[in-house]
Amino acid sequence: MTDLAAIRLSLELAAISTLILLALGIPLAWGLSQWRWRGRFLVDAVIALPLVLPPTVLGFYLLLTLGPNGPVGRLTEALGGTTLAFSFTGLVIGSVIYSLPFVVQPLQNAFSAIGRGPMETAATLGASPLDRFFTVALPMAKPGLLSAAALGFAHTLGEFGVVLMIGGNIPGETRVASIAVYDHVESLDWGAAHTLSLTLLLLSFVLLAVIYAVNRRARWFGP
Amino acid sequence: MSIRGRFRHSRGDFRLDVDFDLPGRGVTGVQGPSGAGKTSLLRAIAGLDRAPGGQLNVNGADWQRDKDFVPPHRRRVGYVFQDCRLFPHLDVRGNLAYARRRADNRDATPETNATRLLGLAPLLDRAVTGLSGGEQRRVAIARALVRGPDILLLDEPLSGLDRDRRADVLPWLEALHRELEIPVVLVSHDPGDIDRLADHLVLMRDGRIIASGAVQDILTNPGLPPSHSDEAATVIAATVEHYEPEWQLNTLRTSGGSLHLPGEPLPPGETVRVRVAARDVSITRSQPLETSILNYLPASIDTLDDMKGGQVVARLHSGKDPYLAHLTRRSVAALKLAPGDDVFIQVKSLALIS
Amino acid sequence: MAPDTLIWPVMMSRTSLITVLVTLALAAQVRADTVRVAVASNFGTTLDQLVTLFEQASSHEVLVSQGSTGKLYAQVVNGAPFDVLLAADRDRPERLERDSHAIAGTRFTYAIGRLVLWHPTATALPDGAALLSSDNWSRLAIANPDLAPYGLAARQALQRLSLWDVVTPKIVMGENIAQAWLFTASGNTDLGMVALAQVKARPDSGGATWVVPAAWHDPIEQQAVLLSDSPAARGFLAFMQSGPARTVIAKAGYDLPTKRD
Repeated sequence: MTDLAAIRLSLELAAISTLILLALGIPLAWGLSQWRWRGRFLVDAVIALPLVLPPTVLGFYLLLTLGPNGPVGRLTEALGGTTLAFSFTGLVIGSVIYSLPFVVQPLQNAFSAIGRGPMETAATLGASPLDRFFTVALPMAKPGLLSAAALGFAHTLGEFGVVLMIGGNIPGETRVASIAVYDHVESLDWGAAHTLSLTLLLLSFVLLAVIYAVNRRARWFGP
Repeated sequence: MSIRGRFRHSRGDFRLDVDFDLPGRGVTGVQGPSGAGKTSLLRAIAGLDRAPGGQLNVNGADWQRDKDFVPPHRRRVGYVFQDCRLFPHLDVRGNLAYARRRADNRDATPETNATRLLGLAPLLDRAVTGLSGGEQRRVAIARALVRGPDILLLDEPLSGLDRDRRADVLPWLEALHRELEIPVVLVSHDPGDIDRLADHLVLMRDGRIIASGAVQDILTNPGLPPSHSDEAATVIAATVEHYEPEWQLNTLRTSGGSLHLPGEPLPPGETVRVRVAARDVSITRSQPLETSILNYLPASIDTLDDMKGGQVVARLHSGKDPYLAHLTRRSVAALKLAPGDDVFIQVKSLALIS
Repeated sequence: MAPDTLIWPVMMSRTSLITVLVTLALAAQVRADTVRVAVASNFGTTLDQLVTLFEQASSHEVLVSQGSTGKLYAQVVNGAPFDVLLAADRDRPERLERDSHAIAGTRFTYAIGRLVLWHPTATALPDGAALLSSDNWSRLAIANPDLAPYGLAARQALQRLSLWDVVTPKIVMGENIAQAWLFTASGNTDLGMVALAQVKARPDSGGATWVVPAAWHDPIEQQAVLLSDSPAARGFLAFMQSGPARTVIAKAGYDLPTKRD
């Protein structure tokens, strides 16, 4: 069943994007929470852009950037590959950019809330900067980490506009659940739209509920 | 063996401007009102605030010199912060283990030693959020010791604790004083903490060091603020002579004569330190007879200095021991006291420190 | 809920009724001279030229709302106040007429879309069918056949060439024909099956085109239907079938119906 494939694809996209988002977002959020330099507001603004931009705008520019005439497209072609539009990889890139603020902001808040104190303490106990990042900052930011992962995952799962622009609706490759729902609605197949939408709704709800339940527990440190 | 350094740097409105040479052993107290720069000094020593052009040498090791700056995690410094800063995501054992794993010093105080020294055995499996203020301080001190420091920095280890909680921490600090080989720098705004624990004293005001020397010399210097404070006191070393069970009195020998201390028997021959508050000392011209006060010693007046509120601070010595007395200006006039006069001091009460 | 919030709508109803009546009266006044046209996006630019002509020739004013046929259809069914629908297909106007959302007997084909194969980097394209059958391309953009008439036509043409199953993996689907055009224009696909009208509307888009023979797919009939009767709206529909309008439509890249059906 193609709708099942679409849901699987959505979950895969969300999972892979979330992992990449965390890998990028954690150092980025840490940097933003630590460094105070003059031009920082510009970085903040760039990261927050996907919050305000319509996803179609983002998708439109991604399409041009990833295309053979765009900078990224030229690079991928020069590296011997093809362009990334209409590919799963392309969707992952789009999702990562699209969901970045949803991951960076909770992390940044969590890191800022820790303050300098615990890190200084770890330094006086002999922990190098990298050591204290992994043994103090990350464990103390655990609730924020879970929130960031949950938001990144959920936001990617619900992504539509960007995928519509750079996806090309290829079954098994770029036809994610949100696109499939849209197609059903547009072709007046409301029954299928309902089935798929409710499945997606239920799935997202259960997922978020589990993550928030875990998060609630994690707020209490210690046993 | 010494701790020598110089720091000159500004943070906002505050400017730290210090030049110091402290003993490389024993406890150095740093005293001053809040905002005097006590904590800034500790942070500079720990390398947490990097002062360009600063210099620091701790018992022969250069920690900061010209462009060279040893980062805090390579400094082997035990820092007990005023707010303890225990890691909330670890329990007591985890906090100690964190320091242990990173101790690169083979002479580091083993965990078992620190645990014993600070009485932490019953707390090891507790979450740090459930500890009382006094318990948190003890854990923080133990954690700093387990790190195997070359210097121990204590920031207000007793402030914010009520009397019971102080009693929970103070004996452990005194034990440290006896057992530790490394230098300890102890910051406090409370002179009472200092004279109990410190051998050497640094006075700070407005980011500068205004005096530095042996505790006794600083506390009894009439030209310095401590002798003028209500808490002004001297600490006298004495040897226990004998105990009279009938009166429950210890007799102590000082260089100026005998003093009597009520309470439990002390082991004969032991050296103890007693604290004599300036407001508990009065002066008579002649040897007091028929007085309820047990303790009186012959002494001679070194200086007389006016204080605020119509009072005079007298510095005297009896034998080799310095004493302070807070007198009214009228009494000084009535007795016609002058520097060089031989008098008697009466001590209303004295407190055993250790 | 507090009792006063329950009462509130009832108390408001008397004053708001007057407001509504006044508004309606004014609206009726305006409606006499205004034609509200809902148009499928692909015909939007052509309609702009037609409106200019119509407004010069009559005293009426035309308000244009643009959207995909599917969305406009949903809006009409749900009571959107349009007078005329210019759809991109035949299906939706038929449904509206059948379900009494449109005025019976007013439906007619105003334009017939032509499908072209567009190669944006070629200088000439003499035989599109041969190119499609070759291996000289990697991606082809079409509109979604389930949603868009041009997409359906593209599928039918490829099926006629017995290529549909072969090229399916190389096909990228846009939600509509505008997106298929964007995919191709941005270079993300090397070929696109788009509307002739799109290529004509942008003479500077470059490359070469090959017009797919009309017989290879069902005619892409774009139909108009009257939704709300008024002399102005009827006047506009009559204008759409007039000689000057047909000239504009033909120049824009559409075939014309021979007779009214």
